[in-house]
Amino acid sequence: MGNSDMNTTQHEKYKLNVGKIDEGFVIDHIRPGRGLTLYHDMGLNKLDCSVAIIQNAFSRKMGKKDIIKVETSIDNFNLDIISLLDHNATVDVIKNGEIIDKPELPLPKEVKNIIKCKNPRCISSIEQGLDQIFVLTDAETATYRCKYCETEYGNN
Amino acid sequence: MRHLMTPLDLSVEELDKLMDTAEDIKEQPDKYAHACDGRVLATLFYEPSTRTRLSFEAAMLHLGGKTLGFADAGSSSAAKGESVADTIRVASCFADIAAMRHFKEGAPMVAAQFAQIPVINAGDGGHQHPTQTLTDLMTMRSVRGSLSDMKIGMCGDLKFGRTVHSLIRALLRYNNVSFVFISPDELRLPDYMIEELDSHEGVEYTEVTKLEDALPELDVLYMTRVQKERFFNEEDYVRLKDFYILDSRKMEHAREDMIVLHPLPRVNEIAVEIDNDPRAKYFDQVKNGMYIRMALILMLLEIQVK
Ligand SMILES: [Zn+2]
Repeated sequence: MGNSDMNTTQHEKYKLNVGKIDEGFVIDHIRPGRGLTLYHDMGLNKLDCSVAIIQNAFSRKMGKKDIIKVETSIDNFNLDIISLLDHNATVDVIKNGEIIDKPELPLPKEVKNIIKCKNPRCISSIEQGLDQIFVLTDAETATYRCKYCETEYGNN
Repeated sequence: MRHLMTPLDLSVEELDKLMDTAEDIKEQPDKYAHACDGRVLATLFYEPSTRTRLSFEAAMLHLGGKTLGFADAGSSSAAKGESVADTIRVASCFADIAAMRHFKEGAPMVAAQFAQIPVINAGDGGHQHPTQTLTDLMTMRSVRGSLSDMKIGMCGDLKFGRTVHSLIRALLRYNNVSFVFISPDELRLPDYMIEELDSHEGVEYTEVTKLEDALPELDVLYMTRVQKERFFNEEDYVRLKDFYILDSRKMEHAREDMIVLHPLPRVNEIAVEIDNDPRAKYFDQVKNGMYIRMALILMLLEIQVK
């Protein structure tokens, strides 16, 4: 932390008090408002390493964006969930303070038991032992819908 | 093995064949009277819907088959907490085909996943009601000869009435169908349906708030219920509800060959004085509903009648 702080410009220093990370990953360009959903749905709330969510950060490209920084290895995470929620988000993998990888986000046709349908009227809310299945219904917009009630993921 | 979950499970060609069969049954019922001898339909109704259940049972009985099942969740093992998956596994042992009604969206899809027999969605919590949509389509085609080249007005609750959305999607597959959406501002078609309409090139539609304004140009008027609980306050409901009641005075604006449809049951949105108007076709729909279900049972059981 100490060293990298020395390198930041004065401007960056006063922006937000979230330092660079040495080891971990950054999910960037998240559609504003979806950062917190991603945080919960990826299970980042259950980690004991440091996790930062920045909401409504300034973005030249998007106006506003959410960013999530996580100080742990990306290997334990299923990246499907990021593209399910926001296919325009990007991932930077960080090692020794440097970006070492920008993994391509997959766009699977169907996902099982990664996300839960949030529609309270959906059968999946009461049927025991039922797989939570989401189906890619529009590849262009990366829209996923619950197989059962057709509710769009991330749109509620 | 096939199931029917949404109207769009059937291609336009399959739908045409299905409606042809239904028309043939209507004309020559005797020919089909024993087509399902020895077959059993299970009607698994987790919420009561007497009209739909009777229609399915009548359909199977008129084909020579038998029926069993339950009419609401309270009288079934579902009340004891049995899952949809287990219920359909059990029903698969006793029946050759099942029709399932459920208060939760997607329940028939779960059933289809675990069934050894074809499953028909008989309505899932306002999500889909494909046999109603098939009934609507058949009635329009039966009276007009075709589902192409028409202007259809849809009146009432266009926001929450998702069976209206299903009907729109089904009609978008035919040529030269244009739409007039008649509803109060509060119950307008949702944005995602408007986007869907816009994505179909050349499809014309307009939105109006007064039924009278739309009536003169319509070939078909599809009425739905405007439920009181959809309004924020009593005042709005009282102010608006009369706009969406069809009576003989409003019918004077309509053409001689326009037809009026309604999925029934109606509350007060169509005045009873119209029932004898030859343009009122909503009671024909009830009969057509049975014929189309007969055709559907035959199709899913892969029974050919020569
Ligand atoms: Zn669902």
